[in-house]
Amino acid sequence: MSARTDPAGSSKSWPLADRAMLALCWAAGLLLVAIAAGIVLYMAAKGVQYLRPSLIFSHPVADLDQSKSGGFLDPILGTALIVLGAIGIAAPLGVATAVWLTEYGRPAWLARAVESGVEVLAGTPSIVLALFGLTFFAQQGLGFLSTTGASGAVFGRSLFICCVVLSLEALPLVVGATREGLLATPRHVREASYALGKTRAATIHRVLLPVARPNIATGCALGMGRIAGDTAVVLLLGGGALTLEANGGIPLLGTLKGTGSTLTTYVYANSPSGEGNAPEKAYAAAFLLLLVVLVLNWVVDRIARGSEQLGWIR
Amino acid sequence: MASAATDFSRAVPRLWSDRLVGPALGAAGVLVLLVIAGMAVYVFKTAWPSFHANGLAWFGSGEDANAALQKIFDSKGPHYVYTLRAWPLLYGTVLSSGAAVALGLVLSIFAAVFIVEFAPPSITRVLEPVVRLLAGVPSVIYGLLGILVMVPFVGDHLISTERKESVLYVVQLTGASLLVATLLLTIMIVPIMIAISVDALRSVPSSWTEGALALGANRWRVIWTISVRASRPAIVAGAVLALARALGEAIMLAMVSGGVIFAPNPLDGLTFIYEPLQPLAAAIVQGAEGFTVKPYGATLFAFAAVIMVSSVFLSFTGWAVRRRLRRFGVQA
Amino acid sequence: MDPLMPPPPIRRIVVDRAPAPVPVPETNGHVVQTITRTKAPAGPERMLADTVTIAYGGKIAVNGVTLPVRQGEVLALIGPSGCGKTTLLRTLNRLTELTPSARREGYIALDGEDIDRLEVTELRRRVAMVFQQPNPFPMSIFDNVAYALREQSRKRPGKSVVQPLVVDALQRAGLYDEVRDDLDRPALRLSGGQQQRLCIARAIATRPEVLLMDEPCSALDPRSTAVIEALIGELRRDLAIVIVTHNLQQAYRVGDRVAFMYLGDLVEYGPTEQVFGEPRAQRTRDYIGGAFG
Repeated sequence: MSARTDPAGSSKSWPLADRAMLALCWAAGLLLVAIAAGIVLYMAAKGVQYLRPSLIFSHPVADLDQSKSGGFLDPILGTALIVLGAIGIAAPLGVATAVWLTEYGRPAWLARAVESGVEVLAGTPSIVLALFGLTFFAQQGLGFLSTTGASGAVFGRSLFICCVVLSLEALPLVVGATREGLLATPRHVREASYALGKTRAATIHRVLLPVARPNIATGCALGMGRIAGDTAVVLLLGGGALTLEANGGIPLLGTLKGTGSTLTTYVYANSPSGEGNAPEKAYAAAFLLLLVVLVLNWVVDRIARGSEQLGWIR
Repeated sequence: MASAATDFSRAVPRLWSDRLVGPALGAAGVLVLLVIAGMAVYVFKTAWPSFHANGLAWFGSGEDANAALQKIFDSKGPHYVYTLRAWPLLYGTVLSSGAAVALGLVLSIFAAVFIVEFAPPSITRVLEPVVRLLAGVPSVIYGLLGILVMVPFVGDHLISTERKESVLYVVQLTGASLLVATLLLTIMIVPIMIAISVDALRSVPSSWTEGALALGANRWRVIWTISVRASRPAIVAGAVLALARALGEAIMLAMVSGGVIFAPNPLDGLTFIYEPLQPLAAAIVQGAEGFTVKPYGATLFAFAAVIMVSSVFLSFTGWAVRRRLRRFGVQA
Repeated sequence: MDPLMPPPPIRRIVVDRAPAPVPVPETNGHVVQTITRTKAPAGPERMLADTVTIAYGGKIAVNGVTLPVRQGEVLALIGPSGCGKTTLLRTLNRLTELTPSARREGYIALDGEDIDRLEVTELRRRVAMVFQQPNPFPMSIFDNVAYALREQSRKRPGKSVVQPLVVDALQRAGLYDEVRDDLDRPALRLSGGQQQRLCIARAIATRPEVLLMDEPCSALDPRSTAVIEALIGELRRDLAIVIVTHNLQQAYRVGDRVAFMYLGDLVEYGPTEQVFGEPRAQRTRDYIGGAFG
């Protein structure tokens, strides 16, 4: 084997300017790694320092000395509730929309409008959605979604409303991922199904959706990640209390109609920006939140690798 | 628009249930469209009183915006007060988002070039999950790190007491500043730009890069003069999308930019980056409690309307550009 | 020998009888060129490939080939698909190293220096390449030709320095008259033949010592092919040219020496008239006679 210089040219011979640029490239890459490592390691250190099992399993307590009392069981439940609730709305709606766009799509102007609409939604910041929800759901007719005060004023804020608004946030992700999966299925799969005499609906139900299942799962996981990490909507629409205050007797529905918080608002509330001054609990909750998001990221990764669909997901 | 629907309408047998499925699914799509359209209409309708009362001067500068907002909040019907000059808010938004996109553009181009060309495979395997991680971290965690780590650091160690005293008559320098806001915002938007840039760089035809290498250019020159040059439209599209994201960021900015509406003054020299600011989205978060007061609510919605228009417009542009690029074979 | 070679007979080879010259029919207007080969004395040896073996991940593509490349003459590499001629060509400017699984053994020298010891960018300045598919960059014609001039030097030369060199290269490539009115036109708007000539101009702008051509005319129409073949005839005065072609007639028209390769082995090497007229190896005879392709 003959000795050779680096196949693409050792950079020692390059002009100084080019070597400086190469150094900048390395610096950029390493900086990114350093930032990510810094964030994860710092949060982990603080989380391990402050996270105790008692925190996870106890309720928040209204106490002047926040740093010593109460935990965040309610925010954890709150996060779980809104993630499941919102994706429960977004997934069927999003898959239906995506299927309609790819498999039907007539009249064409309507399909274009819906596609543009979904893109508009994707670009809408969550604070705008939150503000919209704030006044919209305070209208008289929608009192069933939340509490109605004694004077007839609709409170307009509840976990259920959070679910509805957050589903709008996750919707474009589900639609996009599902469409990608459906568009990637080759024509001959559909044609084979039609040739066997199946109707279009049956083809979609029995052939296309199962094939696109990894994409749907990816879209849902991405959506769930976005929902779990959202603060603005729950801050404005969750009602402000740290504990889950159910409204009405029915177990799950009552909780949804009531107010509460999630991990994100709990972190916000306990940080110097919120009322609390318990940074330890904020760190602990934030660490938990980060773990949830990382797990969801990892799930997306596994699905993507499992179905051999590598690539960058917006 | 890409549609996989072939015209099998006559060839495929139709059951009565099949006839329902199409329109039913279409109804889902139409529902989504109606919700979005309805939301846009509602936002503008609610924001209208604020714009109407101020006219174009809404976008201008005038008396202290903090005081103006307080007056709006305190006003009682039927003599509602809507007077507001929102320039400091707009300026703060543009300043922080613009600076973040500029910084992020530089960082993301070099990082993308690194990932595509110069990184050893072991580092590339690490970098791709790293970028996805940075994209997935919730904004409240960035805000928490900002307010608990960066703001005290800046406030205690980077801003000297003399500096604080030099502007004390105007504003208090606490460390919650343009500097921290811009840095965190940059980290948040960089993943979007990197993802798009890497896709575009990888899709440059190898005949060009091979031809350039065969002409004796070194690897850096090849990727800079050929690949990055050919990817310029995609990089711009990525920057537009990143700008849209930055404009809409509320929670993190509310936590680190300082709670007071202030327009950082470049004429202050270096102190400029230590001054607090209040981007539009952060203003909504700060003021959300007061929405029950009608004019205050209208003002908040006016902020939301401005954010919505610009963010949606930019998002839409970025998406449309990427779609056109994909038709030309550039993977954007 | 006749300047115009009769087309090789597509029939079973009968060895003991020389093929009779077939009278060329009167043509109807298509280009018939008379090849006058000026016998320039073979110049100094520019490159030498000495017992070169190249393998892609275990599969041997070139097997122990020794070939000299001399200035002032055109070396034509011929052979059926997959015989390794393109691999050998690409190894002369170390482009094979872009493929991670490629391994090379043997010695290749440029002007006596081992090319492995040279900086690869330096090597590629002196050994230029033109590809099968014309690949002009998405820039103007001027920027294309000036690319090597600008990217090879430490300090970016000013336009006034580069301009005459660009014009000179375009003239030598025979393209200047067609594009002189607007050099800032995008290069991708040129026709296929013009693009290939642009690529040639781009390659020779820095006055390399050796020009490698990988089937440069296979994607072009006959008229462009004729123009480029004439161009090759002129360029070889200053350069050493190595051309890979699967078109035997082209090899005959253009080449001064011919190397025939088959499945990685160098089967025959010699002056064109000898290889085509009196091939020594049976396999050469079979290939030239059209027994296999």
